[in-house]
Amino acid sequence: MQSIDLLSPALPASIGNIQAAATRIRRHSLQMTHAAGLGHPGGDFSAADILATLYLSILRIDPAAPNWPDRDRFILSKGHCSGALYATFAEVGLLPPEALATYMKPLSMLNGHPDRNKVPGVEANTGPLGHGLPIGVGCAKAAKILGRDWRTFVLTGDGELQEGSNWEAAMAGAQFGLDNLTVIVDRNGLQQGARTEATVALEPLADRWKAFGWNVREVNGHDIGALLDVFQSIPFAKGMPNCVIANTIKGRGVSFMENRAEWHHHVPTDAELQAALAELTEAAQ
Amino acid sequence: MSLHDCRKAFSEALIALAVADERIVAVANDSIGSSNLKEFQKRFPDRVVNVGIAEQNMVGVATGLANGGLIPYVCGASCFLTGRALEQVKVDLGYSRSNVKLCGMSSGVAYGELGPTHHSIEDLAWTRAIGNMTVFVPADPAETAAAVRAAAAYDGPVFLRISRLPVPDLFPPDHRVHFGRADVMREGKDVTLMANGTMVCRALEAAALLAADGIDAAVINLSSVRPLDRAAIARAAQAGPIVTIEEHTITGGLGGAVAEAVVTSHPVQMKLLGIPGEFAPTGSPTFLFEHFGLTPAAIRAAALDLVGSAR
Repeated sequence: MQSIDLLSPALPASIGNIQAAATRIRRHSLQMTHAAGLGHPGGDFSAADILATLYLSILRIDPAAPNWPDRDRFILSKGHCSGALYATFAEVGLLPPEALATYMKPLSMLNGHPDRNKVPGVEANTGPLGHGLPIGVGCAKAAKILGRDWRTFVLTGDGELQEGSNWEAAMAGAQFGLDNLTVIVDRNGLQQGARTEATVALEPLADRWKAFGWNVREVNGHDIGALLDVFQSIPFAKGMPNCVIANTIKGRGVSFMENRAEWHHHVPTDAELQAALAELTEAAQ
Repeated sequence: MSLHDCRKAFSEALIALAVADERIVAVANDSIGSSNLKEFQKRFPDRVVNVGIAEQNMVGVATGLANGGLIPYVCGASCFLTGRALEQVKVDLGYSRSNVKLCGMSSGVAYGELGPTHHSIEDLAWTRAIGNMTVFVPADPAETAAAVRAAAAYDGPVFLRISRLPVPDLFPPDHRVHFGRADVMREGKDVTLMANGTMVCRALEAAALLAADGIDAAVINLSSVRPLDRAAIARAAQAGPIVTIEEHTITGGLGGAVAEAVVTSHPVQMKLLGIPGEFAPTGSPTFLFEHFGLTPAAIRAAALDLVGSAR
């Protein structure tokens, strides 16, 4: 990818710096999708602010020692949004920026869905939906068994919650009292082909999580300050797992991508890429 | 000859491991009793993770426990553990190379009269098709205990296929397991009987019957279905025809694995004994073994047929 921007050096995690990182994550992931001819830009963009907030300010990780035993665990259950994850990894030094240009190229470490055996910092191989939360329950339970204080965060899509395995895990997480576990739902309202509510409805989503024994907070998933406030107040209650419903917009940040189901896995044309990058450049200024 | 349920050796070995290694935990799907984990639970109540009746979640949770540095032994009826959670076994364990030990209990047709829903006669085909998996079917209590220990010492996903059906002691108590190595249980030059699990003792009985017929049959225990001891199979194929015997469908299981090895090394005539690609009728395990020709007498007949046609 010839046109990839140079990354800024690591900066203190002010709201402004996190916003700037989120904009770069959008730019890079869209360039990656364009270059690869494959990707999931709509979901990359709805998750970008959440990923930037977590990785720049919340997660206790050491990019120089990605397997540090007491690190916080982050699991991208919506593994198809690997473009945003890899771009985030480049922001924090888990990936060399130049690796992004190899996204989905032959023999690249950057598979279309993340592979923990190829990319240090990836905690779980995801792609099939409904795998992340059960693994997250296991990571959080392991911390309880071992008496360690690492925390576990799982980012799911919203359409993904149609997979029953999530609700098996939700029951177990509450039964085990995993207040060290947080699920973040990227509630952009759209799945691959249509609105979630027109496919198999998820509402009343907050009430469902509450009924399963989780302590629920709703937040604007594009408001960095609000995301920081919510994540910094974890655990919300002792002995209960945490659910953050992040209300987001699929394709957020580019006018012609926002709230359009087709951008789930639409690959931008050259003109669309340039127009999108122009909007994102403007937003960053 | 006294007979044993291998689940007892399984749980005793797991407790002994857990005493020595704090990383050992048991994961169950409301299967504490059927997996013989009650004593483990009594000894280590904080190291049993019972997820309830939810196999997909069970395998995912085990993956997370392994991510946290623990060594989970996931115990459940093999039919549900492998079938219901197959995608988790593929992605979370095999593809991810997670250090999780799947322990499929009451495999094969052990649940007899309960019917095909509870039979697990496809699990070897499913698990051995998955990259990075080690697939092992112990034949007696000593081999079961040794396999439990070997699984802990090995960093990666392992499927242990364990039966509840009574089997005699075949190995000494200090037996050691090496994944990927076959055991020659009996030397012979006319025909080789290859079996694992509950079928090894039957193959040995068949070999004794064949000896009375003047046929010198070798018996090989292929407990390690993956990795497969291709060298041992090639040596047997050079000696003569092969009969495989498995408590599993003959599609893709032990017989399939041996055939894949034989056709690429030294093609030789084979007979594949097992369940011939159909669901079992109602009946006890003993009845079903008779029905599908998985008895010493039926193995003998198959071997005689094969040796006769080879001569």
